[in-house]
Formats: sequence, structure tokens, C-alpha cells
Amino acid sequence: MMQLSQDLIQRYHDLIETLGPEALKTMLQEMHTIRAFEERAEQLYMQGKVHGTMHLSIGQEATAVGAANAMQEGDYLLNHHRGHGHCMAWSGDPNRMMAEFMGKETGYCRGRGGSMHIADIDANNLGANGIVAGGIPIAVGVGLSIKMRRTSQVCLVIFGDGAANEGAFHESLNMASIWALPIVFLCENNQYAMSMPVEKAFNIENISQRAAAYGLPGLTVDGNDVLAVYSAVSEAAARARRGEGATLVEAKTYRYKGHSKSDKQAYRSREEVRDWQDKRDPILRFTNLLQLAGVIDAAEATQMREHALAIIDAAVAFSEASPDPNIADIMDGVYA
Amino acid sequence: MPEVRELTYAEALRECLRQLMEEDERVFLIGEDIGVYGGAFGVTAGLIEQFGAERVIDTPISEAGIAGACIGAALTGMRPIGEIQFMDFVTLSMEQLVLQAAKVRFMFGGKASVPMVLRMPGGSGTGAAAQHSESLENWFVHVPGLKVVMPSTPYDAKGLLRAAVLDNNPVIFVEHKLLYKTKGHVPEEPYIVPLSQSKVVREGEHLTVVATSIMVPRALQAAEELAKEGIELEVIDPRTLKPLDDAPIIESVKKTGRALVVHEAVEMGGFGGEIVARIAASEAFDYLEAPIRRLAGLDIPIPYNRELEYHAVPQVESILREARKLVRGEY
Ligand SMILES: Cc1ncc(C[n+]2csc(CCOP(=O)(O)OP(=O)(O)O)c2C)c(N)n1
Ligand SMILES: [Mg+2]
Repeated sequence: MMQLSQDLIQRYHDLIETLGPEALKTMLQEMHTIRAFEERAEQLYMQGKVHGTMHLSIGQEATAVGAANAMQEGDYLLNHHRGHGHCMAWSGDPNRMMAEFMGKETGYCRGRGGSMHIADIDANNLGANGIVAGGIPIAVGVGLSIKMRRTSQVCLVIFGDGAANEGAFHESLNMASIWALPIVFLCENNQYAMSMPVEKAFNIENISQRAAAYGLPGLTVDGNDVLAVYSAVSEAAARARRGEGATLVEAKTYRYKGHSKSDKQAYRSREEVRDWQDKRDPILRFTNLLQLAGVIDAAEATQMREHALAIIDAAVAFSEASPDPNIADIMDGVYA
Repeated sequence: MPEVRELTYAEALRECLRQLMEEDERVFLIGEDIGVYGGAFGVTAGLIEQFGAERVIDTPISEAGIAGACIGAALTGMRPIGEIQFMDFVTLSMEQLVLQAAKVRFMFGGKASVPMVLRMPGGSGTGAAAQHSESLENWFVHVPGLKVVMPSTPYDAKGLLRAAVLDNNPVIFVEHKLLYKTKGHVPEEPYIVPLSQSKVVREGEHLTVVATSIMVPRALQAAEELAKEGIELEVIDPRTLKPLDDAPIIESVKKTGRALVVHEAVEMGGFGGEIVARIAASEAFDYLEAPIRRLAGLDIPIPYNRELEYHAVPQVESILREARKLVRGEY
């Protein structure tokens, strides 16, 4: 199953040293918390406690956690519909996220946005987007603003493989390139855009190849390897911070669950899903690596999962005790 | 007595697509996840199995491309039927539709035509929040060269879609997510419901209610209730918003002396304004016994929270309230 060797330890030796045990443990804990959040989200949905739709990123936790941890305080995030993990890794409060998911007044968006639109404006998380590629041109504006304000911030924008086939992606990469904007374009390639496999939607091997067309560096990493994502995004962010412009990073990963609530998944086989779950699960892989490196032991690994479940129990309790928005306030918030 | 054949709105659309594709090999479907997935709302389920991937074309997520592909194919002898997964995403197709599809024929001196249909589900009520719940039909109503169709029943869905595909103009075909599962009588054989024919779906003498899409069943439900109170609504479904057949509406208002327009889209700048203006400018003006009123979506994006979402657009209760006021002169 999990082919872990001294090679891996060798490869990550420096990174493990630099990050240190606390940061590494935090990353693994975040991955657990994201998964627990989404498992519960699905459960609540099945119980009819949530109306609407949701997009689960179970199986993709390494991309969210690796990327968010590579960014610095004050940086910006824009993400997409499959965004619970990104928000959580970007210091999102599970209570306020769950409350938003449940449509409560205490949620990040006062119950107006829901699962697909969680934003944490105070933390420079400019929000999840329900429109495929909708956030990418906005990242150009954020990058432009950073440049005009002469700060050392960087904007991380996360989108799916599907988004790379919208015109907005192409216009944005070009603008970011010609103006050398401080942006990390992170394409979370989970192999499918709803039912459309990447092999059918692209005539290229890697989406990162598209960077070349706009004069940007592009690279593809294993999106289920949290440290690989961390390294790639760190380097891209450092480059942006040095004023050298944007980078396109493609993280190859896999979504275990259906696209949204109503997906029969006729476009892929159960074996394919199981193969990713068994051989490449990001949480299992990172757990094994940290155990091999002596950062955690088996007991700690189990505790992390339990801790995650407790965090989510508390988040559900908080949300259930929270008030619904007041109907009388329905007209609020349209204009500034 | 033979049983009345019933289909859902989604099934009626699918049957129409299947019949058109069987009859005419120029007809093809193009859109996101319309193949093995069967479309986000299942309308095209099973069609790729019957007609193959060459005529049921799954596209990348590229809405401008879908619209443009329909236009180009239509200009050169095909009869494309595009699907935009949610009406909201047609905002990404707007240039192709508004500046190309709508204008090609006129700009080229009447020598070219764009016989295409673009289907899309609009509306709220599924908890999909602000970017998946739009009702943008009136954006298209404002564009010369486009036709806009909005069926409210399975029967009309099938017959209007056929009429739209046979028409030689670009037709925006607006479905409603909440209507897909509604059932009604649908004959098996192909038939046409002509474009630009408004329909009186219920006769009554006290108040004319002009309703579109999901608001038609809501208005009919309200009419049932009000009938118990002795208030008789006349409900009219325009079915085609553009070009609009306003004669039955004006005739009706001459009879009832009162009019209420109900639609889900935001009131300001909505289709209701057009209906009100047409009534006010017509001979029905002399017959009015009450102000003409609109009942429409609030001027807000659609909220996620279920209760807020419910209150953002007209419901049966709000139609009841407004109708009673108008009939009783309590405005
Ligand atoms: C402009 C637009 N077109 C279509 C959709 C419907 N839709 C939502 S997510 C999705 C698939 C997106 O795929 P990808 O970008 O790969 O992200 P993933 O869902 O795989 O995370 C589609 C077709 C949308 N929300 N916006
Ligand atoms: Mg994808």
C-alpha cells in the first residue's frame, strides 16, 4: 500500500527541519479538521438539516493546507465553490463556517451566502465563488492594488481544472504577466469538472503548461502531498513578493465524493475512487510521513482525528444554538 | 376512458428533444455535463446513449464558447440546441447572444439567420444562493432580434420547445428548476405550441393576473383559494415574453377592470413594467377600477437561508394578499 521509504524522509529532510514539529502537527490537524467538517456537512445534509447544495473537498485536504500555510499574515485569498478546506486552512473559525453552512445569523456571511460563498473578509479571505473562474480576474485586481499600494502582500487564488477553460482564466494570466502582479494562481486539478474528465477537456498533459503561453512560470505538483504543495506555493509566493510576478501552480489531486449533492457519478468507476483513497490519501500519507520522521506517534495520530471530531461537534452545537436571520432584515446589506 | 398520459416538465422537454433529433439530423445538443451526467437537472438523461457523443456534445466550462458554437453552427445550416447549466452563467454568454446572435440577421440585411435555441433554468427555491438563482429573462427581452420563451407547464414545455427549435431565430428558452418535477398531461406525438400566443389559463371576472413561469402555478393555487371567498381571478400566462402577444391581456383587463402582474425576477426593470405599461397605454385604461400592481422579487440578490430565500420572491400567500387588496379596493 503506502510505499514510504527513507527516500521520502531524505527528500523532505530540510523542509521538516525548517517547519519544525509544531507547524507540521498543525498542518495535519488542519487536514483532519477539514475532513471532519465535511463529513459532518454531508451528514447534516442527509438528515435534511441543510437546504441547498454543497461541494465537498474530501481527499483534497493537502492542497488547501499546503497552500494556505505557505502564505503569510496579510496575504489575500480568493477561492471557489469547493472551498471549505481553503477557508478552514486560512484560519477559518469552524463555528462560523458551520453556522454559515446552516444558514445562521452567526455565520461568516450572516446566513446569506451559504456553503458556496464563505468569506472571512477580516482575514483577507475575499471569499468563495459560485461562478467557475469568477475569482480569477478579481485576483488580477487584488494584485494590481497590492502593486499600487506598494505593500509586500501576495494574492493566492484557487480554482479548479474546469476554470482553466473559461476565457477569464486566459485574460487574467495574461494581465498578471504583463504587469508582473504578485499572484499565485493555484489550479486544484481534481481530475474532473463535474462529469468532465480533464483528458476530455484539455489537449495537453498538464494545465500548468498554459502558463508558458502567457510568459509565466508554471509547475505541476502532487496535490495529495501537503509538503509538495507547501513548497511550490511558498516558492511562488516568495517570487511574487520579490516583485517577479505571478506563477501558475497546478496541484493534482482527487475528489472522493460526488460533484455536489446530486451526482450519480456515472462518469467514473468505483475502482478509480477506491484506488485514490487506498493509495494516495493525503491524510494517511502525511500521517505516515510524520510517524516515520518521528514527529508524531500512532497515539497522537488518533488523537488528532478525535480532536477534529470534537471541534466539529462544538461547531454544530454552536450553530444549532444560533439564531436564524431575522426576516425583517431581508433588505439589509445590498448597498454599502 | 383512456388514461391521461402524464409527464414531468423535465420529461416533456426530453421527449421533445428526442423527437426533434430523431426527425432532423441537423439538430444537436451542446452544453456542460449534458452527456453521461444527463444535465445538472437531468433533462438530457439518456440522449447520449441514443444519439452518441457527436450529437450530444459535452463541452468544457466555456459559456461564451457554447453560445458562439450555437451561433456559428446555426449560421451554416445546423439546428443547435445549447444548454446553459444555470441561467446565472448565461451572463458569460452575453456578448455572443446580444451583440452577435441577435444582430446578425439585421446587420447583414436580412440575408443570414440564426436558428438556435439556448435552454437554461432560472429561479430560486433550491437554496443555491445568489449566484445560482437568477431570473434574468428581462435582460433578453430588452434585445431586438432575440425571442424569449418561458413555459410553465409540461405541456407547454414540450410544445414551445418544438416551436422554438423550428423557428428561424435565436430563442432564449427559460426553464424553472422548481418546475422540472411538476407533472401534467403531455401527448406523445409531436405538437407545437406556437410562439407569441399568450394563454388564458383560468377565467375569472374580478382581477386579471398575468404570471410567468413558476408564478403561474402559484397564481392558480391562489385563485383556488380566492374562489372560496367569491373572488374570481383570470390568470394569463404570456408563455412567450418576446415578441409579446398582449391582446388577451388587454381584453381581459377590459373585462375585469383590475390587473396584477406576478413574476419572480426583481421588480425594478422587470417584465411586469412592460405589461403594466401596455395595459396603461391601451383601451383597457378606460376600464380600470384600481391601480395596476406588480408583485415581484425583492430588489436583493437571492439569500441562502431558507426563510430569507422564501420571502425574497412572491409566494401563494403574497399573491392572495395582493389580490384581495386590489379586489376589495384596499390599496
Ligand atoms: C460559469 C459557471 N459555469 C458552470 C458552473 C457549474 N459548475 C459549478 S462547479 C462546476 C465544475 C467545476 O469544475 P472545476 O473547476 O474542476 O472544480 P471542481 O468542482 O472540480 O472542484 C460546474 C460545471 C458554474 N458554477 N459557473
Ligand atoms: Mg475539478
